[in-house]
Amino acid sequence: MSKTVAEKILLEHSDLKEISPGQFIECDIDLIMVHEQLGGRIHKEYEKLGIDYVWDPNKIFFILDHWVPAPTISAAQMHQDCRAFAKKYNFIHDMGMDKGICHQVLPEMGFSRPGMLIVGSDSHTTTYGAFNCLSTGIGATDVSVVFATGKLWFKVPESYKITFVEELNKGVMSKDIILKIIGDITTKGAIYKSLEFHGIESLSIDGRMTISNMVVEAGAKFGVFLSDNKLENWIQKRSKEEYNVIHPDKEAIYEKTLEYNLSEITPMVAKPSSPGNAAEIENVEGIEIDQAFLGSCTNGRIEDLRIAAKILKGKSIDPKTRFIITPASKEVYITAMKEGLLDIFINAGAVVTHSTCGACIGGHMGVLGEGEVCISSTNRNFVGRLGAASSQVYLASPATVTTSAIYGKITDPREVL
Amino acid sequence: MDAINGFAYILGDDINTDDIVPSHTLTMRDPHEMAKCTLEFIDPQFVKKIDKGNIIIAGENFGTGSSREEAVNVFKILGVKAIIAKSFARIYFRNLINVGIPGITLTWDENTFSKGDNLVISLYKGVIFNKTKNIKVEFAKLPEFLTNILNEGGIINQLKKMLLK
Ligand code: SF4
Repeated sequence: MSKTVAEKILLEHSDLKEISPGQFIECDIDLIMVHEQLGGRIHKEYEKLGIDYVWDPNKIFFILDHWVPAPTISAAQMHQDCRAFAKKYNFIHDMGMDKGICHQVLPEMGFSRPGMLIVGSDSHTTTYGAFNCLSTGIGATDVSVVFATGKLWFKVPESYKITFVEELNKGVMSKDIILKIIGDITTKGAIYKSLEFHGIESLSIDGRMTISNMVVEAGAKFGVFLSDNKLENWIQKRSKEEYNVIHPDKEAIYEKTLEYNLSEITPMVAKPSSPGNAAEIENVEGIEIDQAFLGSCTNGRIEDLRIAAKILKGKSIDPKTRFIITPASKEVYITAMKEGLLDIFINAGAVVTHSTCGACIGGHMGVLGEGEVCISSTNRNFVGRLGAASSQVYLASPATVTTSAIYGKITDPREVL
Repeated sequence: MDAINGFAYILGDDINTDDIVPSHTLTMRDPHEMAKCTLEFIDPQFVKKIDKGNIIIAGENFGTGSSREEAVNVFKILGVKAIIAKSFARIYFRNLINVGIPGITLTWDENTFSKGDNLVISLYKGVIFNKTKNIKVEFAKLPEFLTNILNEGGIINQLKKMLLK
């Protein structure tokens, strides 16, 4: 039977000869990512099993990123629990707390490659789909199951084929594409589905990661891109491991087929308090902001920082507005430093922080107060996500966030580029 | 799992994981402390009003958002016996089953359930009997694969048995 990318990869990881959507199957996991959740719930669940080993300490990628450096005593204790667990079970790939945000660091180190099946203790694990592999988020109990057995149950998803044609215009970024898609199909429009992206050649790897990152906001299980030369070059620079590029069969069956003409996409904003509340920028222009945040696993990459620096160069941010910039990883941070981007940010009046989830989760380094309004490059604007329950968050691209920081109100980046 | 007997507690559409357990509670080490903050932003009375033995009846896309299993665990601590929703977010549904709380997908309206209705759910038959309204509602039964996990009281118990073999 003809297959989609998701069906091919799942079949490859099962011991079955044939699978079809809707079927429950058991798969072998290639890699599992865990962060602070390890200290929150996983270690207690795992101890209940009474075993003193994990199935393969070499296939666990462990990192501390959400609350680093620890802002509170309870966070510090959570980290202590995490470190003790990683040590007890001999995790080989223990990244510590200085590398940055999980979904940026794991691909940077060449751990996500075509054909793999990756799970992680975080809903935005879908990010790795940009690398032509299947990856999705799971909870603490599922992590314990993988730690013990290396296997996990899956329901084989139906797929949506999303094809891009033409190219983005200046000032429009892949964040605008995914905000538009989520607005169109709604936050429940792709529950349990695998989104398969075609026509990807014009998009950068960074941009593809932004799209895969946010497919979960439409409820999707996977957001998988096809492979091309750009991707293979990227991977070969970062990994010596072998991999198999996965193409869908020509006759593969898709539950839905959508096409987006990228040249028709304009800057988009998701209004409070849902990522599905998409609006074209004209509808929100002029809304005053207290804070702008550029960072997170959605949009804290070098491409994002470069566009921000290009917009900010020689300008300064509005005096009544705070602009917080958090590079997504140490690698991004160092690159930005070498390219002189940090100078531009700091001179313009922005605050540059250590690589962490920080402000994205209302954790630290940029928490919003009562009634404050923020424009953010992150992926969720739920009530209270970035701080006080009465704060309001608008999601937008790095270009829109930066332009808005300069004017102190939501502003179309095409006006300055 | 035998028949589940409980009382309906109604919630709306798109209740997300950050609503259920706000981010600021995630570094709390005591799950019971965390449970005291359940839904604090959108239904501040929730923790006071929820009784052991309640069955949550929710709208579309219940549990959308993060993979944080705390968002299932707090309901377990508060004694919620089952969750019925028009649709569930994917990770949330997995977490429910894994932790041992039945998740039932069902389209409903105020003629089917109202606050406080006494319900009896049979997972095997795929039927909910609303004693208060004296009506029977059918739902799509969970596959055997998932009811087996629920019967064990969650996937950890099932796994423990398997590891002992
Ligand atoms: S940056 Fe935000 S969305 Fe990404 S992993 Fe961290 S908390 Fe989650």
